[in-house]
Amino acid sequence: MTSDSGPAIEAVDLVKGFGSRRAVDGLNMNVPRGVVYGLLGPNGAGKTTTVRLLSTLARPDSGTARVLGHDVVAEADSVRSRVSLTGQSTTVDEELTGRENLVLAALLRGFRRGAARRRADQLVEAFDLADAADRLLRTYSGGEKRRIDIAASIVTTPDLLFLDEPTTGLDPRSRSQVWDIVRAMVEAGTTVLLTTQNLEEADRLAHFIALIDGGRVVAKGTPAEIKEAAGEATLRLGLRDPLRREDAEALLARHFGVDSTWDPGTGRLSVPISEPDRAALAITELSRAGVEVSEFTADQPSLDEAFLAMTGHRTTTVGSEEEEALR
Amino acid sequence: MSAPAAPVNDLDRSSLREVLIGSERPSRAGRTAASLAFAWRALLKIKHVPDQLSDAIIFPIMFTLLFTYLFGGAVSGSPADYLQYFLPGVVVLAVALTSMYTGITLNQDMAKGTFDRFRSLPVWRPSVLVGSMLGDVVRYAVASAVPVLLGLLLGFRPEGGLVGVLLALLFLQLFTFSLAWVWTLFGVMMRTPTAVQGATFPLQFILVFGSNILVDPSTMPSWLEPVVSANPVSHAATVVRGLMHGSATPGELVSGFAACAVLILLFAPPTMYFYNRKQR
Repeated sequence: MTSDSGPAIEAVDLVKGFGSRRAVDGLNMNVPRGVVYGLLGPNGAGKTTTVRLLSTLARPDSGTARVLGHDVVAEADSVRSRVSLTGQSTTVDEELTGRENLVLAALLRGFRRGAARRRADQLVEAFDLADAADRLLRTYSGGEKRRIDIAASIVTTPDLLFLDEPTTGLDPRSRSQVWDIVRAMVEAGTTVLLTTQNLEEADRLAHFIALIDGGRVVAKGTPAEIKEAAGEATLRLGLRDPLRREDAEALLARHFGVDSTWDPGTGRLSVPISEPDRAALAITELSRAGVEVSEFTADQPSLDEAFLAMTGHRTTTVGSEEEEALR
Repeated sequence: MSAPAAPVNDLDRSSLREVLIGSERPSRAGRTAASLAFAWRALLKIKHVPDQLSDAIIFPIMFTLLFTYLFGGAVSGSPADYLQYFLPGVVVLAVALTSMYTGITLNQDMAKGTFDRFRSLPVWRPSVLVGSMLGDVVRYAVASAVPVLLGLLLGFRPEGGLVGVLLALLFLQLFTFSLAWVWTLFGVMMRTPTAVQGATFPLQFILVFGSNILVDPSTMPSWLEPVVSANPVSHAATVVRGLMHGSATPGELVSGFAACAVLILLFAPPTMYFYNRKQR
């Protein structure tokens, strides 16, 4: 293995156009090894195209990218043997069973037949697919399909895994299974490049986040930095007895360590909260102190608000990038 | 409709980690291994979706019966005499028609995410194509065995005996593999399976019927005869006929193999070119 130090991904001024439109337009990024790197952006921001460029499926019009120290154009084969891709559309065969898909993936990664079967069995167990393994894939639920898909990309543990919107369209339980898999991958030493439209997902999984919009990175940082810039979640409270306002303010200040603000227009107190679960506790304490709360809301900033805060403009959604990327 | 909601369990982190850390990293799959893996995939698809074989069975039966009894008397005096001439031809016809599906399936495959995964793998690029064409051997074997068996029932008597028939079928596999590159070229060039079908059908019609499969070219107008005789399908039919009847000349065999070589040389390189370009 060569060049085991240095960044996992280094992209400089990447450009890729489809017709007159530039899906990726001067993208720069630097992904350190051993982390989950979240590529966060709306539909059509250039996430899928970026993944296709970095996984050697598409060739950049200009700019360079090195993946694990290898140039994605000149040394595409070296890149391919050390990365894996789970695309947005299913990359497994609908007309094969789950187990057959895994055996095929193993054979193509150089396993001999017996070893390929054993590897498929291991993956089926670890991914909780034992019951589904011998059914045809087209009978699978979305979550099962996604797990087989990921399992097929990690037949040999890749140094770098591209996960293109792995949880879009999944129910919460299946989503948390995918998150478990991603965390286990990182513990096993794999770098994960994860694209998502979901701020919460990036926050939960990623060590670093790049906000991408219009084919370029518009902001980057740790989830904490991004959230801070986006504004923290806010707890808003209405009081049954407005005269108890000062009591409530004092209690909230003790509880959260920050001052709350009073909005005379709505008659509500609002206080920024970093940990949403403490909001419930604060409400309980208020009622214990005899301050009755008539209503409350707690909001996380949305992806759109994060964009607005970091870039000063809202997301600029363009036509479906995925469609064009498949051409 | 959709599957009943499966119970969703929490995954066991430690067994997940074990499976990830404990994985071996074999050296990359060789050309043969990769091609065979893709061939296996094609066979699995036939196994799970057997209806794609029905065309390979029904068409040969239809053509054999149709031409033998409808045209046999007019062309050769009697259906029985025509069968001796025509049956080796209908075998070529049946297999040639089936080979078109190679291009259509390829096109369907390429539209899906599956091909993205294959292309992101460090395997010999043509193995995807070669593998699926190897898998087609089964389809071709069915499509050629059906008319032979039916013909034997109807009174076809190959003078080359069993060995001659088997050699003919073997040659036919090679020829169809060569011819399939024509359809794969359409498969990689066109956008949709329907477009592939639309474009290949007329060409196939001309290739198959503008040959010596149905009638002896010496009965054709003088301008048409050389065209028909140059058709690679004619060369293949001549070889199949010659082998089945034990009368193949070295010259006929050479032309037959040359036709295969020409098809591969003309159509495989552009297919690979467009196939590789498609991903860029």
